[in-house]
Amino acid sequence: MKRLLQAVLVLLLVSLALFVMLRIVPGNPVAVLMGEHANEATIERLTAELGLDQPIHVQFFRYLGGAIRGDFGTSYSLGKPVSQLMGAAFVNTLLLALAAALFAWIVGGLCGLLAAIRKNSIPDRLFMGFSLLGISMPVFMVAMILQYVFGYWLHWLPISGVSDWRSFILPAIALGWNSAGSIARLVRSTLADTLEDDYIDTARAKGLSETAVIWRHALRNTMLPTVTMMALQLSGLLSGAVITETVFSINGIGRLAVQAINGRDIPLLQGTVLFATALVIFGNLIADLLYKVLDPRTRREVKE
Amino acid sequence: MKDALRRMIRANKLSLVSLIVIFLLILFSILAPWLTPYGEADMDLMHRLSPPSAEHLLGTDEAGRDVLTRLLYGSRVSLMVGIVPTLLSMVIGAVLGVTAGYLGGAVDSIIMRLADIVLAFPSMLLAMVIMYTLGDGLFNVFLTLTLMNWGTVARIARAETLKLKTIDYVEAARSIGMSKGRIIMRHILPNCIPTLIVLFTLNVPSAILTESALSFLGLGIQPPSASWGLMVNTGRQYLFNAPWLSFAPSGAIMLAVLSFNFLGDGLRDAIDPRLRRR
Repeated sequence: MKRLLQAVLVLLLVSLALFVMLRIVPGNPVAVLMGEHANEATIERLTAELGLDQPIHVQFFRYLGGAIRGDFGTSYSLGKPVSQLMGAAFVNTLLLALAAALFAWIVGGLCGLLAAIRKNSIPDRLFMGFSLLGISMPVFMVAMILQYVFGYWLHWLPISGVSDWRSFILPAIALGWNSAGSIARLVRSTLADTLEDDYIDTARAKGLSETAVIWRHALRNTMLPTVTMMALQLSGLLSGAVITETVFSINGIGRLAVQAINGRDIPLLQGTVLFATALVIFGNLIADLLYKVLDPRTRREVKE
Repeated sequence: MKDALRRMIRANKLSLVSLIVIFLLILFSILAPWLTPYGEADMDLMHRLSPPSAEHLLGTDEAGRDVLTRLLYGSRVSLMVGIVPTLLSMVIGAVLGVTAGYLGGAVDSIIMRLADIVLAFPSMLLAMVIMYTLGDGLFNVFLTLTLMNWGTVARIARAETLKLKTIDYVEAARSIGMSKGRIIMRHILPNCIPTLIVLFTLNVPSAILTESALSFLGLGIQPPSASWGLMVNTGRQYLFNAPWLSFAPSGAIMLAVLSFNFLGDGLRDAIDPRLRRR
């Protein structure tokens, strides 16, 4: 309960900070929107209609009241309710993020597992070097390499746009690439630590095969930090989605935010950023709670 | 510090290599005008989009400018963006974090809530909003990255301070009547420095990546100045007929980020293994 209140408080502060940041942009947004040839009267009328002539705290509470009811105002540049635009975009972003997480978990997990079993072997060094490479590649670079190789060169998969599930394969790999690297490193270090624990020796001593020891005993404990890490990476995934969606022309939350900036569309920008941040805040809250449910034991002491 | 460096190099040869690479990158960016026969903006419209050759090692771009030359000049911006705002955010974050940790109470709450706000946003979206508010350009990229990154530093500096506060010699300093400011400057901050150095090396690559992503979206550095991210942004239109335009600067970003990551990893293991978090 205390955690929930804290999360709500942070979200409130975030929306206030966001509101203030977007209001101190110099110039009347309506005037910017109408261009040079608008006459004074129209600008004044529109400003009043949008409530932009009110004091800033009145505007903020009006916005907050609307946002709680799911009303984020109307997009200046696209002329539709922001909530409607975000609803459609959210589905795409969610699919993309889930697919990316799945990729990261499977590939990163497997690499980390293989590396941990044979610590300091050649595959271990290879995977770990590769994972650091993965972490160090900018998202757009991975995206463009995939587009070039699998879209342009081999013609296996669509280069951009969304037509069917196949359109999500390349974007998901591009977005999940960095996370796969981090997960591989995390799985390797936790699994390697776990494998030195007493209960693993016990499992070995009672004659279990090495495969059973790893799959039934060691891996379970390795999965825990990975689950939390995935949730904590939600923030990074949404950041990466901005780039991935732009490169692959996927209409998601991130691309919407970019469009909002290019169209100087404050309601749309505010809505998308607030929505994404709320997702992160509650994602972290859930991860926190999940960890407690999944791991009822007293926490093991961190090895120095 | 010297000891730690020696330990790092012994334990981890790769971190030595990355240290050399970083040194070379900085050297090349300074010596750019002497390393290349072409000027940053020299156009050659007869040789637009020509592939890598002996004259143009990395080919030319859509205006016939030498890509390698642009890469060398672009490294000035990209490396500066990696280092300057990171340094600024370290200083601000460390001062705020140590103050919050040492004074506690209302000051602590206010500073840490501010950090919470900054850290709650997905970083890319926060960067976009700040850039939108400030307008684009190099100086505003500096400001944005500083505003974004102080939060993490403050959190770590605060945690470190809480630990140091209870140590005997700090108690002793307090008991002889040393002022709070002096204790912070003389005893707390210097002890946070090893941790901060590690954090610095690990934050530089993320600053480079954020700038490149912003410029890639057209929200960061503006032409005619060149940064690696901006080069990828313009190069992307020619991805399929002139892939070197986007892949050369991407590769440069990767090399810089990778070197700082390796160095940071090595330093962390040598100085402060507790920071191991990713």
